[in-house]
Amino acid sequence: MDRIYLDNNATTIVDPRVKEAMEPFWCQLYGNPNSLHTFGTEVHPYMRLAFDRLYAGINARDNDDVIITSCATESNNAVLSSVWYNLIRAGERTEIVTTQVEHPAVSNTCRYLESLGATVIYLPVNADGIVDEDILRAHLHPGRTALVSIMWANNETGLLFPIPRLAAMCREHGILFHTDAVQAIGKVPVDVQAAPVDFLSFSAHKFHGPKGVGGLYVRQGVPFTPLLHGGEQMGGRRGGTVNVAFLIGMGLAMNLAVEGLAYEAREVRRLRDRLEDSLAGLEGVSVIGERELRVPNTILMSVKGVEGEALIWDLNRQGVAASTGSACASESLEPNPTFVAMGINTELAHTGVRLSLSRFTTEAEVDAASDALRVAVSRLRTISPSPAR
Amino acid sequence: MAKADLIGGTLWESYSRKVNDRMLNPRHLGEITAEEAAARGARLVVADWGAEVCGDAIRAFWAVDAATGRILDARFKTFGCGTAIASSDMMCEMIIGTTVDEAMKITNLDVERALRDDEDTAAIPPQKMHCSVMAYDVIRKAASEYKGIDMDSLEAEEIVCPCARVSLRTVRDVIRINDLHTVEEITRFTKAGAFCKSCIRPGGHEARRHYLVDILRDVRAEMDREAAGRAPTGAAGSGPAAARPFPELGLVQKLRALERVLDEKVRPNLLRDGGNLEVVDLKDNGGITEVRISYSGACRGCPSATVGTLSVIEEVLTTELDPRIRVVPV
Repeated sequence: MDRIYLDNNATTIVDPRVKEAMEPFWCQLYGNPNSLHTFGTEVHPYMRLAFDRLYAGINARDNDDVIITSCATESNNAVLSSVWYNLIRAGERTEIVTTQVEHPAVSNTCRYLESLGATVIYLPVNADGIVDEDILRAHLHPGRTALVSIMWANNETGLLFPIPRLAAMCREHGILFHTDAVQAIGKVPVDVQAAPVDFLSFSAHKFHGPKGVGGLYVRQGVPFTPLLHGGEQMGGRRGGTVNVAFLIGMGLAMNLAVEGLAYEAREVRRLRDRLEDSLAGLEGVSVIGERELRVPNTILMSVKGVEGEALIWDLNRQGVAASTGSACASESLEPNPTFVAMGINTELAHTGVRLSLSRFTTEAEVDAASDALRVAVSRLRTISPSPAR
Repeated sequence: MAKADLIGGTLWESYSRKVNDRMLNPRHLGEITAEEAAARGARLVVADWGAEVCGDAIRAFWAVDAATGRILDARFKTFGCGTAIASSDMMCEMIIGTTVDEAMKITNLDVERALRDDEDTAAIPPQKMHCSVMAYDVIRKAASEYKGIDMDSLEAEEIVCPCARVSLRTVRDVIRINDLHTVEEITRFTKAGAFCKSCIRPGGHEARRHYLVDILRDVRAEMDREAAGRAPTGAAGSGPAAARPFPELGLVQKLRALERVLDEKVRPNLLRDGGNLEVVDLKDNGGITEVRISYSGACRGCPSATVGTLSVIEEVLTTELDPRIRVVPV
C-alpha cells in the first residue's frame, strides 16, 4: 500500500480540480488585476467568482470584506495589530482575552503585544476541553476588554468551541470578537451571520487549496488598520499584489469544501469513528474529547507507556503520517500548550498523537492505519517499562 | 540561522543511521530475571530512573559478578523517544564486560559519540542531547544500588549542565580565567547551555539547582570585589603580556608569545574536555599572522572545533596579542 496521510490538520492535498483551475493564471491570464489594460481587467471575472465563493462559503454580506492574505497567521496578526494600534495603544482599552489553547499564530502574537504593554488574559478550558460561556463571561471587562480572540476548532483536539454564543456575548457588551477558523472551514458549517464575529481568519491549505494564501473576514464598519501598508490592493486594506492564481484556487477550494460538508459530517465522520473504534480495543489507549464535540476528522489519542514521538516515528516507518505535540518532538522540549491546558493527565504532554482525516481518506487507508498503530503500539509497549494500566 | 532552520522539520533527518537502527532494533531490550542472574552466579541489580510524567523513564537490569564487580549482562526498558531508546541500548552495550566502577565513568557524551556514523557528525540534534542524559543517570542509579550507597555521593562534582556534563567548578573557572561577561561566552567555552538550555535561566524545560545567569552574576561580583581590593597596589592585570608589540617580534618570540597565551587561556579548557591543540606553523599573509593549528584528542572531530571553539581561540589570541591574527585549523 502507498503511504497513508493522516495529518490533514497540518495541511491537505490540493484538490486536483483546484490545481487545474489555477493553471491558466501562470502563463495566460497573468495580468496584474490593478492594471487598467486588458491583461489586468481580463482576470477580474475570475477573481469576482472566487470572491463570490469565499463570501458564500462563510455567508458574508456583500458590504463586508474578505481580505486576501498570505496565510491565516497573517490574518491573525492583522487583527491583533489593528486592535493594538486602534484601541490599546490609543489608550481606549487595555485588555485582550484569548485562550490557553490557541495556535501560536494567535498566542505568540499576544505574547508579543504583552511585551509592548497590552494585558492579555489566557482563558482555561473546562472539563470537556472547551472554552464555554461561563469561562468567557467571568473574564470579560466591558470598557476594558478590547478584543476577544477564540479559535473555532482546536487544531490538536478537534474540539469545537461555541463561537456563535461566545461572539453574541461579546457583541452584547460592545467588545470586538475574532475567531481563528482555520480548523473549522470545510469540516463544519461556518456562518458569520449565525456567529456574529467581527473578524474571522482562514487558510486555503487546510481545505485542499494551495499553501501561501488565506483570508480575513472583516465585518462592515468594524475599525481596521492594515498590517501591510502599500498600494491600493484590497481597497487599501492589504498592500501587495494579490496572488491571483492562489485566490482563484482558494475560491474553488472553499466552494468544494462547503459543498462537501455533508460528506464530511457523514463519511469522514464514519471513517474517523471506525478508526477510533478500532483503537478502543488497544490496551491503554484513550481518546481526548467527546466525539460529538469534535470536528468530524480529528482524533487526539494517548497511549499509556508509549511516548508520542516514538509512536509517530514507528508509524512513519510503516508509511503512516501522523503528528505529535509531545515535548520530545519540539525544538524547545516544551509540550504543546493545548496538552498542558487540557490537564487531563500530565502524561498527555508526552504521549499525545493526532490522527486527522480528510475527504480524500479511504476506508482501506483507515483500516491499514489501524493495523500499523497496533503493530507500533505493541512494539513500543515491549520496550516500555510501564504496564498498560 | 541557516537554510536548515529556514526549512524546518529537520529533527528526524538529524538522527544518525545508528540511532535509527537501534531505535528499531534495540539489541539489549528486555529484563533480566533473578533466576537468569543466579544461573550465571551474578547479582541482579534493577534501577529505575525518570518518570513517565516527565517524558522519560528507564529501568536498567544488570547481572553483576559478585566476585569481580564485572557487569556480565545489561538490559533495559525505556519509555521515551527514539533518542532515549537508542541511547539506552548503546549504554547497555558499552557497559557489558566492564566493572561497575568503569561503567560509572561512561557519560551521555560517550554514548552520543558511540552512536555517530562518522566521528565528525553528531548522532542527534542538539536539543535531543537531553534525552541521552537519562542513560547516564541510570548507570549511576544502578551503581549506587549495587554499592548500597546514596546516589548523590557518587557525583564528585556538582553538575550545572547535564547535557554537556559541565560542572559548577568548570563554569566558575572559565568565567574567571577568561574574564567572561556573557552566558553566550560561557556556552562557547564549555558547551554548557548549548543543548536543552534548561541550565541557562529559570523557566526552561526542567528546574535546575544552578543557572548560568546566576553563576555568572555571582562570579563577576566576586571578581569585582577582588579587583577593588587590589586596585591600590596597581596590579598589572592581564593585558597584552608581551613587552614589545606582537608584529615587531621575531618568529621564535612570536611562537613563544603564542604558546604562553595558549597555555594560560586556551589549553586548560580544551584539556578539560579531553582535547588539545598544537601550533604547526606561523605564516605572514600580507600583515595578517596566520596561526596554523592542529587539534588532538577529543577536539578532533568535535563539530564545535571548526566553529565555536575556533572563534574563541582566535578571540583570545587577537585580544591578548594582536588583532591581526587569524587561526587556521589544518
